[in-house]
Amino acid sequence: MFELLDIPRVLVDPDGTAAGPDLPALSDEELRELYVHLVRVRVVDERMLKLQRAGRVGFVGSTFGQEASMIGTAGPLRSTDWLWSGLREGGAALMRGLPLSEYIAQMYCNSNDTAKGRQMCNHFQHKGTNYPSWSSVIGTQIPHGVGAALAAKRLGKDEVHAIYFGDGASSSNGFHSGMGFAAVWKVPCVFVLIHNGWAISVPADEQTGVEEWTDKAEAYGMPAAEVDGNDLLACYGAMETLIERARAGEGPSLLVVKTYRMMGHSSSDDPTVYRDEAEVEVWRQRDPIQRFESFLVGRGILAEGEGAGITTEITAEVDAEIHVQEAAPRMPLRSLVEDVYSEVPLHLREQYNGFIETVERHGEAQPGDGAFPL
Amino acid sequence: MANMTLIGAVNDALKTALREDPSVLVFGEDVGKKGGVFLATDGLQAEFGADRCFDTPLSEDGIIGTAIGMAMNGLKPVAEIQFQDFIFPAFDQIVSEAAKLRYRSGGQYTAPMVIRTPYGGGIRGGLYHSQSGEAYFCHTPGMKVVIPSTPYDAKGLLLAAIADPDPVLFMEPKALYRAVKGEVPEGHYTVELSTTRNVREGDDVTVVEKAADMAAEKGISVHVVDLRTLLPLDESAVVEAAKKTGRVVTVTEAPRFCGYAGEISAIVAERAIEYMEAPVVRVTGFDTPFPNTLEHHYLPDARRVIDAIEKVANF
Repeated sequence: MFELLDIPRVLVDPDGTAAGPDLPALSDEELRELYVHLVRVRVVDERMLKLQRAGRVGFVGSTFGQEASMIGTAGPLRSTDWLWSGLREGGAALMRGLPLSEYIAQMYCNSNDTAKGRQMCNHFQHKGTNYPSWSSVIGTQIPHGVGAALAAKRLGKDEVHAIYFGDGASSSNGFHSGMGFAAVWKVPCVFVLIHNGWAISVPADEQTGVEEWTDKAEAYGMPAAEVDGNDLLACYGAMETLIERARAGEGPSLLVVKTYRMMGHSSSDDPTVYRDEAEVEVWRQRDPIQRFESFLVGRGILAEGEGAGITTEITAEVDAEIHVQEAAPRMPLRSLVEDVYSEVPLHLREQYNGFIETVERHGEAQPGDGAFPL
Repeated sequence: MANMTLIGAVNDALKTALREDPSVLVFGEDVGKKGGVFLATDGLQAEFGADRCFDTPLSEDGIIGTAIGMAMNGLKPVAEIQFQDFIFPAFDQIVSEAAKLRYRSGGQYTAPMVIRTPYGGGIRGGLYHSQSGEAYFCHTPGMKVVIPSTPYDAKGLLLAAIADPDPVLFMEPKALYRAVKGEVPEGHYTVELSTTRNVREGDDVTVVEKAADMAAEKGISVHVVDLRTLLPLDESAVVEAAKKTGRVVTVTEAPRFCGYAGEISAIVAERAIEYMEAPVVRVTGFDTPFPNTLEHHYLPDARRVIDAIEKVANF
């Protein structure tokens, strides 16, 4: 049944003061950790953009301005829960256990990449914490998360499936079928709609006729809530409630997270062509990291100026890893035909063997590239 | 052994799988209480319960999308698409997701699942209950595409598909659902995927067809090969059969251009042209939408197949 849940939209005001008493039960140490995760997302993002401009990596989908929406909502997930990425959740994966080395290897699409360089940059995955990559096709992961949540229910696994997607994806087939199936099956999942205002160049108000995005849940018969996506603790608190509901067998819900995409859709996109910079400036004043930092400083959890030291420390860590990934070994050529099926079938062995004859004739084959037995 | 129709064998295979493997689920539109529009899932919900065999909302995209998620998290989904003509809302999920998941994740995530769907003409179903869309899916690396033509193969291939670690599209020739009967063993057995079946041994002309046995009696000895698995195809069986007779006719109901019959023709041309005594001839549907009233002329029936056989035999 639809219900607009009584969940605070804001817990920490933009100036960093607490708006109410109902803060999530987090220790000072845990709050500080969340801050470090926010900073890590931003530092990694900035370094990746620099690498992209230097021609070292192909493509960056920046999360600048959306860090709290990601870290806040993913914060209360257990590592046994699943996070179904919609696009910009790589920072959440880092927080949940994706090693920085694997993150950067994926950006380089090199031979250390667990996906073997098969996808373009910004398509992270981490099996250890149940984080499949998105495919690039918008919205297709939504029914996957619902099916996997049904599997959890049938197999008696204590899992909640957090399914992330953007305002653009709320127009996709996957959103419609995923929300419908989930509500009928009452599976343990949370739909996390990261409303960042833009689907590449199309503004959110051109995706739907509804004004309140939580209304979308009413059509499918599930409860919904909306939070300020630049308020990390509001995101955390709302998600904690919705995860608990799902875990207790009360079924799916929709969380609308309002934030703003400060950069272009990707490093290949120039947003000045289609949006007013004045709007961006308004949101620049609402920076989620500053807001949480002010809150921590106000509470004495973080010393004034301590953030800069944390940034420096993380930057050094990221730079060291970049050096390692720059030196990754060459991608083995057999990867061309592997993992299409569980075993390389005869026709792919024949295709590869024909190709490798050409490569050998040109003197380019290396050990391990040899023909498959037929 | 029991004497069964092809659809009876499909039903028996599903029951066998549900009985043997608790992770198997059967679902789709109208497959529960009703037992499917063709009754392929008849009695399954009564025997195994609504947790194992159930109806879904009317969304092919949702059926296949959720099946992928189930497969990624430990279940073995056997999803039904009511008619192959209705599969296209799920084309994205099949082609972009199920088929590519293993590859794009470097083998970390997989989607072992079966999509059953009735296909083909012969039931006066018109444009949207008759099509043979195998070529779309055979052009999709990562998918396996299987078509049985006998009750024995239907059960054995379906059980092999359910046990397979990769996504399988299992296309059931609906015109044969109750038109063919045969002996089917009880309990579990499999017919290995990517193997062909020689329907009839002969010396003069090789007919490669995905449908059933057919008559060709004009003093021409016809060797009939049922491909059974279209992808990955046992190409060597096609090549050997072509070499044996030097004359090949390929038969499909689908439109001709860019169809599976053309692929067989290309394989023969690349790998056995020096053995060929005549051009490879394709007998197919027209390059038109599937008709209704004139469907019996659209389908490659015995008249057209025999004409093609005579043409290559007398070349």
